[in-house]
Amino acid sequence: MLQASRLECVRGDRKLFSGVSFSLKPGELLHVEGANGAGKTSLLRIVLGLALPESGEVLWNESPIRALGEEYRRELAYCGHSTALKDDLSAVENTQAAAALAGRSMDRGSALAALDRAGIAAATAELPVRSLSQGQKRRVALARLPQGGAKLWALDEPFAALDAGGVEWLRREIEAHAEAGGLALVTSHQALPVRTGFSRLRVGA
Amino acid sequence: MSRNGALSAALSVARRDLLLASRRKSDAAAPLLFFIVVATLFPLGLGPEPEMLRRIGPGVLWVGALLATMLSMTRLFASDYEDGTLEQMALSPEPFAALVYGKLAAHWLTTGLPVIVVAPLLGLQYGLPGDTIAVLAASLAIGTPLLSLVGAIGAALTLGVRGGGMLMALLVLPLYVPALVFGAGAVEAGAAGTGAEPHLSLLGACLALAVFFAPWAVTASLRLALE
Repeated sequence: MLQASRLECVRGDRKLFSGVSFSLKPGELLHVEGANGAGKTSLLRIVLGLALPESGEVLWNESPIRALGEEYRRELAYCGHSTALKDDLSAVENTQAAAALAGRSMDRGSALAALDRAGIAAATAELPVRSLSQGQKRRVALARLPQGGAKLWALDEPFAALDAGGVEWLRREIEAHAEAGGLALVTSHQALPVRTGFSRLRVGA
Repeated sequence: MSRNGALSAALSVARRDLLLASRRKSDAAAPLLFFIVVATLFPLGLGPEPEMLRRIGPGVLWVGALLATMLSMTRLFASDYEDGTLEQMALSPEPFAALVYGKLAAHWLTTGLPVIVVAPLLGLQYGLPGDTIAVLAASLAIGTPLLSLVGAIGAALTLGVRGGGMLMALLVLPLYVPALVFGAGAVEAGAAGTGAEPHLSLLGACLALAVFFAPWAVTASLRLALE
């Protein structure tokens, strides 16, 4: 279970948000809303432990995430604005490298299968990622999520650049993740297309 | 899907970086070419007296190797930082330091190792005798990993800073002084017949210290850069 209590984030001398609290139980989704620059990404980075809040703390199963360290990081999957893809590697190589970073080995076959489910055909998956479109890159970046076995997904604008088919695929994956008892934080400007229940959190002054 | 240890995560990072280097051969070859060009410019500028070339050879080759390593360091973390890979590395359940070791191993294989291989040939150009060339290769074999480790600290500290390349040179070059003194000193002592071993031992001691402390400093700086 994920809990955030009275988080405050300051960037430079500007206070982005304060008093942000929420708790998320297994199977729950949280839609993080807010205007551009309101601090949605900053909130996600604080929850992930990449950035420190000015005050407040984040708890995972009642323990502060700082104290948990890699035990907490093992439960995480993050897909940010930047897709962490290497332009010179193919989609398969990128997926395998990302899995290895998450502490798992993934053979070629399962990487191809994961990409296929994400709508990247085998022929496309062998091309250098630089030749793919924005939407395809986003699909490649998201493809490893369902296979990773991470409990907590933190997705920063995951629907950006996706076409209707991609949105549909990601919707199903997020719903399946929640049904399997996973947690997810999703930032999005648009309404979340998922059909399972989710709570909303608005950040910003 | 199976769970792996820190070692296999480090190996996979190294493999990925080597694969990337093989896809961008021109980028990977640039430091080596720089080393060769610098080492070739000195005889052209100073004139071809064999005695003088033999005397300055070790120092010139060491400075060349040092500058070539530093030049390649500026890009060590930059592309991972820009495309978000560094965030994924920081979020990995495997120790960050192990992943940094993987990156450094790949970096050394693509820059340090070629320098060690080419340096004896350039030594011949300076008319260095065979046993001096052997000491040169040995000192570079111990020295180039040290240069990579120390350079990585500078690269991590200046990550995301505008004009970071120049700042990094100013930070790192003073830290390179011990490596240069002991490395070039070993070759000169070898040539003078006073024994290169003490210098090589000191160089090795510096390397041992760097192997121990550098990853810690690098990961701390990288986490700061990501915040």
